[in-house]
Amino acid sequence: MKKIYAKEAYCIGCRLCEVYCITQHSKSKDIVKAYKVEHQAVPRLFVEESGHVSFAVQCRHCDDAPCIDACITGAMHRNPETHAVLCDEDKCVGCWMCVMVCPYGVINRNTKEKKVASKCDLCAGEDTPVCVANCPNEALVYEEREGEK
Amino acid sequence: MRYVIIGNSTAGLSAVEAIRSLDKKGEITVISDEPYEAYSRPLITYWLAGKVDDARMHYKGGEFYRNLKVNLTAGKKAVRIDSKKKSALLEDGEEVPYDRLLLATGGTPIVPPLKGGDFLGVFTFTRWDDAKKVREYLTEHKVKDVIVVGGGLIGLKTTEALVELGLKVTVLELADRILSATFDRKASQLMTAYLKDKGVDILTENTAEEIIGEGGMVSGVKLRDGRKLSCGMVVLAIGVKPNISLTEGTGIKTNRGIIVDSRMRTSVPDVYAAGDVAEAHDSLIDASRSIAIWPLAVRGGRIAGVNMAGGSTEYGGGFPMNSVEIHGLPTVSVGITDPKEGGYTITEEYKPQDYVYRKIVSKDGKIRGVIFVGRIDRAGLFTGLIEDGIDVSSIKDHLLQDDFGIIALPKEYLKHNVTGPGVEV
Repeated sequence: MKKIYAKEAYCIGCRLCEVYCITQHSKSKDIVKAYKVEHQAVPRLFVEESGHVSFAVQCRHCDDAPCIDACITGAMHRNPETHAVLCDEDKCVGCWMCVMVCPYGVINRNTKEKKVASKCDLCAGEDTPVCVANCPNEALVYEEREGEK
Repeated sequence: MRYVIIGNSTAGLSAVEAIRSLDKKGEITVISDEPYEAYSRPLITYWLAGKVDDARMHYKGGEFYRNLKVNLTAGKKAVRIDSKKKSALLEDGEEVPYDRLLLATGGTPIVPPLKGGDFLGVFTFTRWDDAKKVREYLTEHKVKDVIVVGGGLIGLKTTEALVELGLKVTVLELADRILSATFDRKASQLMTAYLKDKGVDILTENTAEEIIGEGGMVSGVKLRDGRKLSCGMVVLAIGVKPNISLTEGTGIKTNRGIIVDSRMRTSVPDVYAAGDVAEAHDSLIDASRSIAIWPLAVRGGRIAGVNMAGGSTEYGGGFPMNSVEIHGLPTVSVGITDPKEGGYTITEEYKPQDYVYRKIVSKDGKIRGVIFVGRIDRAGLFTGLIEDGIDVSSIKDHLLQDDFGIIALPKEYLKHNVTGPGVEV
């Protein structure tokens, strides 16, 4: 499957990916409203920095996904067509079992309204996830790689 | 091939999925003494609080049995296994023959022999029917206060639901602190303070000596210290033990739970066990024991299913882990959280005024356990390091820093685990 890959050599830690991720998952999909009015979405990726090194990391959509095994509600599931690991937020009760088992630490908690696990959905419906589309340095790419399902 | 699975919860269903992935034709029968399609046991407190409705309890969805061609025998108890004849006997006399049998019978609540324990209004709380009876009793008798006996995970999640329903709850805990099986003293104290702030009374080193009733119904509890507390309901949540009653007379070896090998086979041919009833390998203490948690039930069930269907796979071991949020205070505890022996190093952040406590337990450079209270974000990074046995000596000072993340992990681990699936570092 197509996944998002980070190229650390080009990432300058500008966090535009985070801005666009939050906006995409906001109610209005408007940057200003998302940040100034709604405050409802949380980033579904994590920008990590250490000195001059940085990269963004989000769900790896593992073949053997521990978050799906740990889910007590059936919310965390794999889309049978795209193979993406997705959280059905209507089913989620915010028990955080997935947060506890994700070895990449890339499932966020959204407690702004109903408590739900918030994770990368590859911007379902978009051709290219917004973090990738809006990275000014092409430090995030969305592609199929050999050896990766 | 006839597969029979006794137990309709997550270990059993995980085995069903594994069997079906390898054997499209074999006949699969799931037997359950509960009259329901599979529902999520951990959700019963959410259901009681009204946060999850009936439909949402069925986490596998309505099509599971049809899609995987499973015969579900729900509402009939399996009462005996004849391992020579290879059949399971149901309570109504029906015999169900098997070629491969999985015991995924879970746990049963421990009920102390209490005087007055048979009054109406005394409940255990592990099944959906328990929650239904509790809801009915609460409404019918206009209960205002409840005594929960046992300050473990089930007791406190039940407490949370009852408080959310507007009830006054008193928790009795025999040990000197709540959550003593998964937390250390500091974490227990934080949760105690937090719950007291929410109006919950917690009495430790105390328990119910006798249940007092009037007209056949519970009206209070006599405590060990001689005091009497009145209440409209008692919930017994002392603990759960592996439900091994079906092994009687079969020759299946048991300790507290059913002994299994790394393929989840019991000591009797063609009989497997998985989930809370099985004693599988604990990779942190290098011994076998029952660890009654959902993710390991899924894992054990899958291993059993693959092997039952003629595949070959081994259980790599597991360790305890729990994520429990109570009244908005999230907590995660993984592995060895409160070591009694020496040789362990403790790193911690403790801010009781903010209800924040983060503790890392290491030995020989490797993380063996963590407790997070109040701040659990990215907890899985630590679970991964424990699972993979990664030496973190070089980054030990970073572990509890705010910016700790994948970027701080040892380079070798990164290359191995992170670069492969996607981050070029």
